[in-house]
Amino acid sequence: MTNGWTDVANTDVVFVMGGNPAENHPVGFRFVMQAKLNRGAKLVCVDPRFNRTAAVSDLYVPMRAGTDIAFLGGLIHYALTHNLIHEDYVRLHTNAPFLVDEGFGFEAGRFSGWSGDHYDKATWKYQLDDDGFAKIDPSLEDPHCVHQLMKVHYARYTPDAVANICGCTAAEFEKVAEIVCSTGRADRRGTILYALGWTQHSHSVQLIHTAAMLQLLLGNIGVPGGGINAQRGHSNIQGATDLGAWDKLPGYLNMPRADETTLEKYIENNTPKALRPNALNYWSNVDKFMVSLLKSYYGGAAGEDNEFGYSFLPKINPGDDNSWGFIFDRMSRGELEGLIAFGMNPVANGPNTPKMISALGKLKWMIVADCFETETAAFWKAKNLAGEYYPGAADPASIDTEVFLLPTGCFAEKDGAFVNSSRWLQWKYAALDPPGEALNDQEIIARLFLTIRDLYRDEGGTAPNPVLAIDWSYSNPYSPSLEEIAMEINGRDVTTRKQLSTFGDLRADGSTLCGNWLYCGSYTEQGNQMARTGQEDPGGLGFYHNWSWNWPLNRRVLYNRASADAEGRAWDVKRSGIAWNGARWAGDVPDYKADAAPDVHGSFIMLPEGVAKLFAADFVEGPFPEHYEPAESPVANPLHPAVSANPMLVSFTGPLDPLGDAAQFPHVAITYRLTEHFHYWTKHVSANSQLQPTFFVEVPEVLAQSLGIENTDEVVVTSARGHMNGRALVTARLKPLTVSGQTIFQIGLPIHWGFLGRVTGPLVNNLSPSVFDPNSGTPEYKGFLVNIRKA
Amino acid sequence: MSTTVAKLIDTTTCIGCKACEIACQEWNDHEFTIAPFDGTYQTRPDLSHNFWNLIKFNEIPQDDGGMTWHMAKYQCMHCVDPGCLAACPAPGAIFIRDNGIVDFDHDRCIGCGYCMTGCPFDVPRRHPESKKVFKCTLCSDRTAAGLEPACIKACPTNCLSFGSRDDLLRAAEDRVEQLREQGKTDAGVYNPPGVGGTNVIYVLDRASEPESYGLPRDPKIPASVWFWQGPLRWIGNILMVGGLVAVALHYLRFGPRRVEIEPDGGNPE
Repeated sequence: MTNGWTDVANTDVVFVMGGNPAENHPVGFRFVMQAKLNRGAKLVCVDPRFNRTAAVSDLYVPMRAGTDIAFLGGLIHYALTHNLIHEDYVRLHTNAPFLVDEGFGFEAGRFSGWSGDHYDKATWKYQLDDDGFAKIDPSLEDPHCVHQLMKVHYARYTPDAVANICGCTAAEFEKVAEIVCSTGRADRRGTILYALGWTQHSHSVQLIHTAAMLQLLLGNIGVPGGGINAQRGHSNIQGATDLGAWDKLPGYLNMPRADETTLEKYIENNTPKALRPNALNYWSNVDKFMVSLLKSYYGGAAGEDNEFGYSFLPKINPGDDNSWGFIFDRMSRGELEGLIAFGMNPVANGPNTPKMISALGKLKWMIVADCFETETAAFWKAKNLAGEYYPGAADPASIDTEVFLLPTGCFAEKDGAFVNSSRWLQWKYAALDPPGEALNDQEIIARLFLTIRDLYRDEGGTAPNPVLAIDWSYSNPYSPSLEEIAMEINGRDVTTRKQLSTFGDLRADGSTLCGNWLYCGSYTEQGNQMARTGQEDPGGLGFYHNWSWNWPLNRRVLYNRASADAEGRAWDVKRSGIAWNGARWAGDVPDYKADAAPDVHGSFIMLPEGVAKLFAADFVEGPFPEHYEPAESPVANPLHPAVSANPMLVSFTGPLDPLGDAAQFPHVAITYRLTEHFHYWTKHVSANSQLQPTFFVEVPEVLAQSLGIENTDEVVVTSARGHMNGRALVTARLKPLTVSGQTIFQIGLPIHWGFLGRVTGPLVNNLSPSVFDPNSGTPEYKGFLVNIRKA
Repeated sequence: MSTTVAKLIDTTTCIGCKACEIACQEWNDHEFTIAPFDGTYQTRPDLSHNFWNLIKFNEIPQDDGGMTWHMAKYQCMHCVDPGCLAACPAPGAIFIRDNGIVDFDHDRCIGCGYCMTGCPFDVPRRHPESKKVFKCTLCSDRTAAGLEPACIKACPTNCLSFGSRDDLLRAAEDRVEQLREQGKTDAGVYNPPGVGGTNVIYVLDRASEPESYGLPRDPKIPASVWFWQGPLRWIGNILMVGGLVAVALHYLRFGPRRVEIEPDGGNPE
């Protein structure tokens, strides 16, 4: 979230799309209700399904899964053509005035620079002046400025075009547009709440880019009551993201590439050049973040003489992708030896379950650390436990994978911090000890590490140094306390051993160590800031600066410099994020230099432009988001049928990766969770199982009638990957949609069940495709094709 | 005399999360059971002797092609003039606490089930073995200790509130006024007069259609219960007193009956 849960109560319009907060975030939803009850805020819900959020919304509009960019592009078009944008904000805080290369263009579904299988981004650049700064046209009139290019790009997204793609009516779309775009004024605020309904498409990163563009045009970024707010699915998935991924080190530092052979080269490549004279360009501090991180990894083994141990870090080979789809694809071809699944159940939550099960059978060994026996730990029993769904699964006797199931404590059995959607690090305390032989995660990791290190020390190996160099000087090396680790992540001065209080104190000379620069300030000399429980709220805006601690620097609203105008005055004094008092910024913790006058720097201090990007060349498929159909779609893209799906989407072509077409699989499937459950976990818990015990398939009433399906009948749902049986829940909440002149039905498939647990049922991912977003590697779980019949 | 307490259910802010259901089950130590699938989002089709708090999900297609989905929590209404109490023949088995809570004393319950016929909301449910009848107690054990009922504690959206009946009736009226200002002209408070009002009060945004929330339109104590409580009871009393007088006269006239005791104790086979 750019803002936070408590801040939702400050808004005038809650726009829910690609999420279902009433069901999946019922506790956070109280702030939506507060906005409705206390401010008379309007709640707008756009979703394929009339869900429990829709039930309490002021306006619900149905749509076809996978067409969100068309809908949001339509809203951008509506705001621009109805003069509803917050123009002063756009001129001051975005790159709308920036001039783009004259060769940039878009035609028939592709941007300039297409070379057959990827884009050459040469024309996706700003025009630069002699000093290397971007040229701008403050009047926004130049035909090559971002503002004009954006107008042209979205001119195609008329209400009729939106209706034709999304399946709602133009009138329904315009009702949404009227409410959402009513916030494009200094005294109105709108927030967007989204979740996996947006992130699980083959164009999901661009989808969120579209939402960010809309919020920037309406002046809703950086302001209390605004923002683009991702609701994180697990209690600590935000923390997991903050601490890295296959291509990211903690704090969103890039993982080194193979050609970055020296620390100097890495820092040169990762230090952006300012594109405007006033850009603060805070990523130019990347050297301090990186060296402090290396010091936290390698301690005494990291010195100036060895580039602080930079050579110990793994490097990514050119063209390599180690995101989910590629890991399991390689595994399925026998190219991986082992897997450690820590709190992760790929058989259940990966797309295309038959491929997951087949891939795990090609491993030599697998360690599953979890508090239940998961489907992943039991994959080798799939043939016995769910043979009807996995006819191709191997006989257990013929599987050579050695499986170790290590029981762990559950969330209530350990302390540590949960990072919630609001970026708040909230410290918790263990309620009880893990049962039986179960150990906490850190003890399992520590004991594994120490054993492996001993083996390297005793027996050598190809590259023992990266393991031997790791600093493991914890009080109890076999089970480091999470408090001690939190102190290390926060960072300290190496000489004085004093805890740091801000990443502004990090140094690139090896005198500081820090496990994640973004978390610096969470555990200071004053103690554990994450454990604070102060409930003071002097401004009445729900900032609660004394409750827990959030990154960065306890700043509750990101980009809050944009909540003020050029002179530093709040756009809306009743909902002031920060304001300039002549000497300092007052209010929230400023996202700006605390004592720098309003005109010294651009407002978006992390970006080389110094302003927010409407036009962004960062993504692989274009600088402006464009509507592309899902990989499996019932229609060709009405905007450009020849380039229907994302030209850059990631898919696989193995025998277990088939894609279906509309002739065989005419209906659109959506997957989702129910409020009664938590992921695939609570099927092991009797209370949650009781509330929704039976797997069901939501079937539109009209379709059910035509297929002779009655409520509670058993049905079979098929896709090109597999099939599954379930009980029909026939409902008018899923409306038939008219898309490109055709009637389209959507089938609802709730996830939770599997072949183990107190209640069992089919794994919905039997049906989902091995198709991924090219920027994030996230699977396309929403909007794939299925067929359905009575069993 | 303590204050009469009440529960307010603002259905316009209910998100059907079922936290109240689980809180009720856990606080009352009820067993978790699996109900057969009935093609709805409801946990089970109906209340039971060990399931006292059920959210009903009512899907209502609209004439304009739209939808409403009324989610409303269903439990004992704690009537001011309770039909169950009126119907109960076992003295003290059903009673009204000082704070207005209608509660059952299971030591005194004789398992006749008359309270089930007496309840116009169809709430009390019989235990299949003991035949005794159970329902929501408005957590009388918690409220006696100054705590709010478990369902209210668990509600994430503050759709449920607990407090003095007078305060909550005012809060309900205020909310209705707000809804009407927002164009929901049919909004209203559900506090049916046929049972003297209830200590469980609802805010409905379609007050003219209580059935769409699973609530009866005009609940009243059934006529049979009225008859049983009124004339029939008088006739019964007369017959019973008459019987007792006749027995006394018979005793005075003929003395006690003498029975021969069999050597084996005389237990009939």
